[in-house]
Amino acid sequence: MSEKEEEFVKLIQSFSAEEVLDIPNSTPFSVLLKSEVLLSVCEQLHKNPTTYFDMLSCVTGIDNGVEAGTMEVIYHLYSIPFNQSLALKVMLPRENPEVESVNSIWKSANWLEREVYDMFGIVFKNHPDLRRILMPADWKGFPLRKDYKHEEYYRGVKIDY
Amino acid sequence: MKAQQYIYKEDNLIDSEPNKFNTRELKSEEMIINLGPQHPSTHGVLRLEVLSDGEIIKEVVPHIGYLHRCFEKHAESLPYNQVIPFVDRMDYVAAMNSEHAYAMGVERMLGIAEQIPKRVEYIRVLVAEMNRIASHLIAVGTYGLDLGAFTPFFWIMRDREHILRLLEWASGARMLYNYIWIGGLFYDLPVGFEKRCREFITYFKPKVAELETILIDNKIFIDRTANVGVLPLNLAINSGITGPMLRASGLRFDLRRVDGYSVYPELDFEIPIGEGKMGAVGDCWDRSWVRVKEIYESLRIMEQCLDKLEGEHKRTREFDPQALVPKKIRPKAQELYVRAENPKGELGYFFRADGKSDVPFRCKARACSFVNLSILPEISRGVLIADLIAILGSIDIVLGEVDR
Repeated sequence: MSEKEEEFVKLIQSFSAEEVLDIPNSTPFSVLLKSEVLLSVCEQLHKNPTTYFDMLSCVTGIDNGVEAGTMEVIYHLYSIPFNQSLALKVMLPRENPEVESVNSIWKSANWLEREVYDMFGIVFKNHPDLRRILMPADWKGFPLRKDYKHEEYYRGVKIDY
Repeated sequence: MKAQQYIYKEDNLIDSEPNKFNTRELKSEEMIINLGPQHPSTHGVLRLEVLSDGEIIKEVVPHIGYLHRCFEKHAESLPYNQVIPFVDRMDYVAAMNSEHAYAMGVERMLGIAEQIPKRVEYIRVLVAEMNRIASHLIAVGTYGLDLGAFTPFFWIMRDREHILRLLEWASGARMLYNYIWIGGLFYDLPVGFEKRCREFITYFKPKVAELETILIDNKIFIDRTANVGVLPLNLAINSGITGPMLRASGLRFDLRRVDGYSVYPELDFEIPIGEGKMGAVGDCWDRSWVRVKEIYESLRIMEQCLDKLEGEHKRTREFDPQALVPKKIRPKAQELYVRAENPKGELGYFFRADGKSDVPFRCKARACSFVNLSILPEISRGVLIADLIAILGSIDIVLGEVDR
């Protein structure tokens, strides 16, 4: 871990008053947060004049499979004035995964979080418009979960592969 | 096997993509207008649900996903090198740029990014810039078509054809190339390619100037686009807008310069930004103007690449662009987010490799058109329906990338 990264860990720890872990072998540098503190940490990172993460580039969901029993959401932040990237990660249980929406801080979260909800069924609390975005509204199941099995019939039509 | 018949029921459509607004809850003067999915001005299969008061728009709700081809699901079951054709089909008018970003990401994961020969890198940048020109031509030309200017569309199609034929000569395909491979290229440039490329540049430069005169500086075009759909800079950054849209709002931000990937640090080019010459900074006119200016810069980059490819990094008999292409692609366990400047904005890929298999555990594409389109409801409140078409066209979306 470089000096700058250590500083980041310390800074984020001071924001959240909780233990944060850096994740090895990840580019850009990323830290693991408790899902309860995510929103407050994001707010601080967005506002703090030494970090000023003004852009949320990407929100990724990951399903670790049934054995692991966890899901992850990764937020890729970027600060234009400091030319600095940072990834925040939260771990969620596979049953009823819920995390606070960051839409109030970055507007780009709106559609990015909707996509994660659509594909993984992760619910973003206080999201203004949490609907399916890429899949049809009457689609059953969440396609990017590892245990997803495609339906044999759609509206009475057998789907052959 | 007995043939299956889709049984049409009226509810099917309503169930699969319901409107956000309910007709029963509207005020008496409000109405819902449906635009698309099949309409030329939506640039593909995009459906817009418009809540309007007469001709004034109150709210726009984009319904997307009609072209969803499960890129991320497919990528989870294919080896890294076999994902490239799927990457092509995301932004199908700028496939080279998507390939370039993807190959770069996997090379960084494998740790071979530094070893890629310079000639390979220059060829990559050359073809990517050619494709950027083709993409910007489509953006500007079809935008003119949306606004009723028919002639420029034929002109750009004629000029784009030269680029597509050159790229077909190199890769064998007109639009979906699979040319940039992980660790190298499908094949070296054909003999005589550089000369033809230079002929194209000489031919093309006056044509861009012509395009600028007939379309961008046209009085009718200016009247339709200036001061329409103004996107303020702080809103643009907050909404994750990138590419020509962000630059038109007045920020000199280009990942080719900021990240300096590939050989871009060795090349000399300007980054045009919106100046609000005809109206406010960040209006539809600025966005088109920035794209046209970027065509000139791409031509400059092409020239410099050709100089290098004919001079320092000349083709030799021994040179094999596939020399570094790995037989087996198995990166160590890691996570990586890679981004690159596509013609439409920041294209990002997120990879998670588990270190045990040849397929990515997770491969997520951060599509620039997808994020850029999400701004549409913000900037089209209170405009006329005709202006909605002008704003949508100026965002320059490719539905293949929005829906992936």
